[in-house]
Amino acid sequence: MQYIPNILFVIVLVAGIGYFTKNIRKVIRNIRLGKDVDRSDNKGERFKNMAMIALGQSKMVRRPVAGILHIVVYLGFIIINIEVLEIIIDGIFGTHRIFAFLGGFYDFLIASFEILALLVFVGVVLFWTRRNVIKLKRFWNPEMKGWPKNDGNLILYFEMVLMTLFLVMNAADLQLQELGADHYIKAGAYPVSQFISPLFNGMSEGSLFLLERSAWWLHILGILVFLNYLYFSKHLHILLAFPNTYYGDLKPKGELDNLEAVTNEVKLMMDPSADPFAAPAEDQEEGEPEKFGASDVMDLNWAQLLNAYTCTECGRCTSECPANQTGKKLSPRKIMMDTRDRLKEVGDNIDKNGSFVEDGKQLLNDYITPEELWACTSCNACVEACPVSISPLSIIIDMRRYLVMEESAAPTDLNNMMSNIENNGAPWPFNQMDRLNWSNE
Amino acid sequence: MSETVKVPTMAEYMAEGKKPEVLFWVGCAGSFDDRAKKITKAFVKLLHNAKVDFAVLGTEESCTGDPAKRAGNEFLFQMQAVTNVEVMNAYEIKKVVTACPHCFNTLKNEYPALGGDYEVMHHTQFLKSLLDEGRLTVTGGKFKGKRITFHDPCYLGRANNVYEAPRDLLKKLEVELIEMKRCKKNGLCCGAGGAQMFKEPEPGNKDVNIERTEDALETKPDIIAAGCPFCNTMMTDGVKSKEKEDSIEVLDVAELIANAQDL
Repeated sequence: MQYIPNILFVIVLVAGIGYFTKNIRKVIRNIRLGKDVDRSDNKGERFKNMAMIALGQSKMVRRPVAGILHIVVYLGFIIINIEVLEIIIDGIFGTHRIFAFLGGFYDFLIASFEILALLVFVGVVLFWTRRNVIKLKRFWNPEMKGWPKNDGNLILYFEMVLMTLFLVMNAADLQLQELGADHYIKAGAYPVSQFISPLFNGMSEGSLFLLERSAWWLHILGILVFLNYLYFSKHLHILLAFPNTYYGDLKPKGELDNLEAVTNEVKLMMDPSADPFAAPAEDQEEGEPEKFGASDVMDLNWAQLLNAYTCTECGRCTSECPANQTGKKLSPRKIMMDTRDRLKEVGDNIDKNGSFVEDGKQLLNDYITPEELWACTSCNACVEACPVSISPLSIIIDMRRYLVMEESAAPTDLNNMMSNIENNGAPWPFNQMDRLNWSNE
Repeated sequence: MSETVKVPTMAEYMAEGKKPEVLFWVGCAGSFDDRAKKITKAFVKLLHNAKVDFAVLGTEESCTGDPAKRAGNEFLFQMQAVTNVEVMNAYEIKKVVTACPHCFNTLKNEYPALGGDYEVMHHTQFLKSLLDEGRLTVTGGKFKGKRITFHDPCYLGRANNVYEAPRDLLKKLEVELIEMKRCKKNGLCCGAGGAQMFKEPEPGNKDVNIERTEDALETKPDIIAAGCPFCNTMMTDGVKSKEKEDSIEVLDVAELIANAQDL
């Protein structure tokens, strides 16, 4: 009988981690639905970027208030996880505060966790205030209605509850330690919960035990629920920020890739000795002609899909976007959210049917409209603003490519510009032979 | 200006069996747009003054393909690129300078993979190098003490991390250089990039160039300095719509340097 809590704990732990692993595998599978792109170069620079941008939060602090609050919550999250390790060991073996043998160092650890927990709580309350009381504009854009808004707040409530449970657990533990209760060895320093502890003065040992155990269990269950919540939430960034900054685009921001499929065709066109009617070589597979640009998530590359899962909808991109600031429909954040939503839909479709079954929908039109795509000035403000190296611009360009090269659906003005370039080598209808006239004017 | 400044072409150089120090890539705006032609001429005067041995492609130059690429027409872009690369490689060009950040970005970043590998400089970088080599002198002249704000072109700044060359040149003009609230990495686009120059904007509540002009006007400038023919157009239109064209000039960095010396 006495092992029931241990067994229960192991079951809960395995189930929690198991379900999370299952979902993360889905995320990885979905990301791999994307086309291949080579990001295996410059490992040194990539590690440096990950260390600076994700681990070091270098781009977060460009906006000092949000940046510093975020660092507090981020550090708290990472460091308090050491405590979770102890909780897991205690849970499995039925021990209590297994690391207490560390003595003075243990006191130091517990004290720092407590202070961080308090700071995290305050930070999260301030984050909540920025969203719900101050109502910062970027949290109230049209794409933030419904689930995205609730998701943002839910994460904050989760963190408030987890920190409170952690401190209540310690406060009850402190009372039990002072009562000399069996099993509750004197260990740890409690700079924060010592002020909560007096609330429980006069409670019997039995009630204190119940309180401490409840807080302990709810805390670890809460952590497991939160872990599993990540898959359904924008909060996935706490994990994916690392690979995403590692695999980020290292090219100058102005450089767009040259579509290789197009290069091959152009070379064929320009090569006077090429026979356009030649039968394909024997060893060459005659597959579907390659689709130019992207109309759905499978046409994007895996790095772009990883971008979509990494986005935490902070909206810095949208708040810097010249089109968005001047009232156009384009919001770079929405581009990322739509890409993820559609990718999730495609993933669910695969789960249900074994492989993707045409569902009559695609990223273009059903999620992202041409009006949004055509409003982009390609200025890279969104790319520069993103704290985790996401590029909404690359998706916009790939979708424009589809609109123009597969559907000939550019706005009339742009079609005129392009036919001018084709006919006379300039975006305006001037004769190429007049190109040097300026020197005689 | 033909009577004072001769603009040699690569074909002429080739006929004489010579190669210039640098190819001046004029670009479509610099060749055809009335406002941008003034920038082209100012830059040519500076090149002459610094005794730079340069040539242009003239009628052999064609659009780099930048607006087509940004509009999504990769085919047209690569057709343009391959044609231009063929011409430039035939002339064995090593170094290119251009006054258009869009041409600059495309030539520098997107041509190498298509066989066009050149050292490409924006004209502000090139002028700065002439200044450093002592071939160009920049003095304040009539601009001395004026309040000037510099608008960062996206394709020079964020796209290629060039922020200091134009500023270094402006400082040499002995002017009061005032930064806009949003500048350098955080600079706001003028609204012309990504082929927007050639189309009407999508419905919204404001034009991007007005938003940016307001940023510039906040600094109470005498002159708004630009480094891109398209930004120049957008900012000029913005200043006009604010009815400030009598008190505020929009000038390219090259024009400022040339005008200061009454070239």
